[in-house]
Amino acid sequence: MAVLTGRVHRFGDDVDTDLIIPARYLNTSDPVELARHAMEDADPAFASRVKPGDFVVAGKNFGCGSSREHAPLALKAAGVAGVIASSFARIFYRNALNIGLPIFEAPEAARALKEGEEVAVDPVAGRIRRLSTGEEFSATPFPEFMQALVAAGGLVPYVRRRLAERGGRA
Amino acid sequence: MSMTLTEKILAAHAGRERVSPGELVNARVDLALANDITAPVAIKAFREMGAERVFAPERVALVPDHFTPNRDIQSAEQAKLLRDFAREQNLPYYYEVGRMGIEHCLIPEEGLALPGELIVGADSHTCTYGALGAFATGVGSTDLAAAMALGELWLRVPETVKFVLHGRPRNRWVGGKDYILFLIGQVGVDGCRYQAMEFHGQAVAELPLDGRFTMANMAIEAGAKNGIFPPDEATLSYLAGRAKRPFAPVHPDPDAGYAAVYEYDVTDLEPQVAFPFSPANVRPVSAAGHVPVDQVVIGSCTNGRLSDLRMAAQVLQGRQVHPGVRCLVFPGTPRIYREALAEGIIETLVGAGAAVSTPTCGPCLGGHLGILAAGERAVSTTNRNFRGRMGHVTSEVYLAGPAVAAASAVAGHLVSPEEL
Ligand code: SF4
Repeated sequence: MAVLTGRVHRFGDDVDTDLIIPARYLNTSDPVELARHAMEDADPAFASRVKPGDFVVAGKNFGCGSSREHAPLALKAAGVAGVIASSFARIFYRNALNIGLPIFEAPEAARALKEGEEVAVDPVAGRIRRLSTGEEFSATPFPEFMQALVAAGGLVPYVRRRLAERGGRA
Repeated sequence: MSMTLTEKILAAHAGRERVSPGELVNARVDLALANDITAPVAIKAFREMGAERVFAPERVALVPDHFTPNRDIQSAEQAKLLRDFAREQNLPYYYEVGRMGIEHCLIPEEGLALPGELIVGADSHTCTYGALGAFATGVGSTDLAAAMALGELWLRVPETVKFVLHGRPRNRWVGGKDYILFLIGQVGVDGCRYQAMEFHGQAVAELPLDGRFTMANMAIEAGAKNGIFPPDEATLSYLAGRAKRPFAPVHPDPDAGYAAVYEYDVTDLEPQVAFPFSPANVRPVSAAGHVPVDQVVIGSCTNGRLSDLRMAAQVLQGRQVHPGVRCLVFPGTPRIYREALAEGIIETLVGAGAAVSTPTCGPCLGGHLGILAAGERAVSTTNRNFRGRMGHVTSEVYLAGPAVAAASAVAGHLVSPEEL
């Protein structure tokens, strides 16, 4: 995976899934449709402001609330390259890994990064660099199994392989 | 070696002697479920995985409860995806409107969640079934697809936090909702992030199953992976004549290792209310101040069970809903609805000026049947009061138990039943 460069969009602590994608739009699972309403109740202008490759930066417990996979899907489809937060809620963390939205648990970066500034992120090394000063922050590395999951391209190809193995054994 | 209830269940389902917090295990799944929001995404992922058949049709449940009876054409299309998939896969536990209930009321009532089992659902409140001594947790749609395809899922073994509630509340209106709101207020919305909450103590032992469901339901609101109660006599009698599968109750070891132990005495606990916009923003109802109310919602997977409706009816008996308030009641399942009819509860509620709906998630998630306008306030027995949860982004939701909700419907402002 190449280094990703984009602008920072800052949010606070406990950003819940209703803020990421309000339930009123969940009568569809079309990513393009969902992307139009990404972060709408936190910042109505977000969907029109966000550029492909940008990063969402937030405080603790990002993605708390519902299990809706529509949340990471909406962010990904809106062009968000990744989410940097002090910590993630459990289900959002799984969902993001499963669908291939890069996430970085990086409390220092989450505290330091400012709205609008540019960052370069190396998703494999988990290194986040502030472009204006060159200052670097590191993210908590994923456990080995999850690294393998991410390397395999998410859970879908992983299960596909498991199913093929089972078929082979039968 | 000693293990907590959650560790024991995960070890058994991973085919292991023991497991420790932090380990990743591949665990066998006893039941996988999804709803009309999450199943369409799961079915798509299931196909992309190249899966053809679910691992066991009788271990997959689909409950279209969120946007049903369908709100619009799009939600009708989503619900149709479930219906078609249920037919294609011969799923015995698909529920059509009329037999459909709110999933976390319906699944236990149907005897599909059992002590010692491991259940994953593409809905965050799947943790509700911990009330029965099951390990039950919410996952996303792709995880659910994996579980439907393989009959197993990777899980990280959580640390367990033990909560011991001593005493017996003096206030007759205090119940499971007040316990769990109080606890979330104490630990915060990420106080138990990635952890299991295990509940003990006299207050818990004396709490009827309905109240335990309410408590386990809101474990996710403290960030927990699951909430769990050691099964007891009450659990077994709830399951008698209901359980769809044989089961073996599991108990925590007495000397199990807990990440933390919290002890509280509930003897003097008052009814609790969570103010906007966080389930942890909790205060006793006596400290609520004057909060005028436009809408009251009684129901949901948190408080849509018979004893909840009964408590609301006890408050509304001989009283009228305030003319400025819409009071909406959503029984959790058709069976609860029928039992409430037979007991005269529905008569009381409708007689008091409440509107009673067929079971649905409806307003709980701002879906339909009770959306709030800008600036409006609701007192609701549901589980989330995030910004915009029930409608306009400036509307407000105050979370409470059924007694405070019903009392507030009468008074037209947030109030305890004792003050009516
Ligand atoms: S009642 Fe509310 S919280 Fe419960 S499953 Fe339905 S939408 Fe979710």
